[in-house]
Amino acid sequence: MSPSRPDACRVLVPSGVLGSGCPQAAFDRGLTLDPHVIAVDAGSTDSGPYYLGAGVSKMTRKAVKRDLRQLMVGRAKLGIPLLIGSCGTSGTDAGVDWMAEICTEIAAEESQSVKVALLYSEQDPERLATYLAKGAISPLAPAGPLTAETLKACDHIVGLMGFEPFAAAIEDGADIVLAGRTTDTAVLAAVPLMRGLPVGPSWHAGKTAECGGLCTTKSRNGGVMLSIDAGGFDVEPLAADNSCTPRSVSAHMLYENSDPYELREPGVMLNARDAVYTAIDERSVRVTGSSHVAMPYTLKLEGSGAVGYRTMVFSAISDPKIMAELDRFLGRLRDRLAAGIRSVLGYEPDEYDFDIRAYGANALGQPGESTVRPAPLEVGLMALVTAPTQDMATEIAKFSNPMLLHFPLNPDDPMPSFAFPFSPAEVELGRLYEFKLQHIVSISDPLELVRTSTFTTHQGERLAVA
Amino acid sequence: MPSLKDVAQYVRSKAAGPFWVTIDIFCGDAATFERVRKAQSLSADAVAKLYGVSADSVRVFEVEPLNVLKISFPRLRPQGSPHDADSHAGQYFVPLLTAPVP
Repeated sequence: MSPSRPDACRVLVPSGVLGSGCPQAAFDRGLTLDPHVIAVDAGSTDSGPYYLGAGVSKMTRKAVKRDLRQLMVGRAKLGIPLLIGSCGTSGTDAGVDWMAEICTEIAAEESQSVKVALLYSEQDPERLATYLAKGAISPLAPAGPLTAETLKACDHIVGLMGFEPFAAAIEDGADIVLAGRTTDTAVLAAVPLMRGLPVGPSWHAGKTAECGGLCTTKSRNGGVMLSIDAGGFDVEPLAADNSCTPRSVSAHMLYENSDPYELREPGVMLNARDAVYTAIDERSVRVTGSSHVAMPYTLKLEGSGAVGYRTMVFSAISDPKIMAELDRFLGRLRDRLAAGIRSVLGYEPDEYDFDIRAYGANALGQPGESTVRPAPLEVGLMALVTAPTQDMATEIAKFSNPMLLHFPLNPDDPMPSFAFPFSPAEVELGRLYEFKLQHIVSISDPLELVRTSTFTTHQGERLAVA
Repeated sequence: MPSLKDVAQYVRSKAAGPFWVTIDIFCGDAATFERVRKAQSLSADAVAKLYGVSADSVRVFEVEPLNVLKISFPRLRPQGSPHDADSHAGQYFVPLLTAPVP
């Protein structure tokens, strides 16, 4: 890293997500580099709509507690703020409360008395409907205009906070900020921005480190240290034996981004098109030339709602006669199942969904050469029933069991039996959720849709802060 | 004619939010990047046709310093929707591997 610049703000980013772990030696080395803040993200939509829809964490409590303890102990040594964004994976109010409970436990176990600010960004659909009514909610591609019905169909809606709520909490004296849904970058850019460092480099630095060590050459070896100053930013791995190279840093702009140069954040568009990445030494990189354009202040909304319940039956077939004519077999099987479900159970095809995916024979439905593939040696058949209730989904799956086990390729063939791996064959998958929002809401004050609550930990209790 | 799998160093795909997929073609060197960049089979129109999406929704970026061609488009089936079988869009790149690259 460059010789310490007097104006620099250093951000210790332990990992890409709280709960994934940071090697202690790497973290300890980071503490020696004089960070001004420890910041990490704890969530994402990356694992699908379930976590937001159900309001539960993807990470296990023990892994989150292990990581949070490491960060709280490190924070206390240096007396700097600790910022956690998107608590509980999806950043619902329940996710923030879950993290606050873990934080309170650790504070008691480590005899820490700390001031904790909670930032909630879960949104009330009725309140959002008033923004919709005044034309303040717009779609992002490829979504269409939002309707009030879609808002109501979400089990949980969160707004992705920018850096301002973090800045306000730190100015109010918080030692630890536990936030609901936040953009991955905002939690990392918050302290540099509140200290007045340049906007483009601060956001670009946040984007670079949002996945922790993914911008290094050994991505599973702990996070990175960012150092933002008036002219740009530096990035280096926490672990002494890991490296950032101009390639590893610049290539991170490609990852999970539909646009490799521009990134929209609340109130700003980052532009990294003219960024220059230069090696400082073998393990650290300086980035200059990141710019930004001020935008109307908006929060992106994420919403997930249940669309039914699922039951799955998984079986396998390797009979070469069926493998040679799999499409005909599956067509006949589907017809037979629909006819039986109608005549015996009384359900029309539009009352449920029966999806059969042939793993080993283009279950992914990929375009191109699927029709000219050779016959598979074996396929796994995933039969997925989706219905308005769990009972109905399982009823349809159970009714289908004999056909999934014994259906012949030709009507007069001797009865075959296929390979079921489980007894019972039916696996109830619970509620199926769907992402329903890809929209932004315009607001005039960055804290307009954010609620804040503050407490001080004291021997396992939370004391209210006046 | 060689195909993308014969010339590219590494091709990957990933969800870019629940509604978009992005495919990164790492070409390895400038000469290969030039071939890939010019391949008709990797144009926005050809990609749209292959994946069944509208051509004006496909965005192609030439990231020259990295010798990367990046292709992004909205998914026909959003992540986690009832008929989606690839939540993280990790295998979306596979149909592109057989795209001809002169």
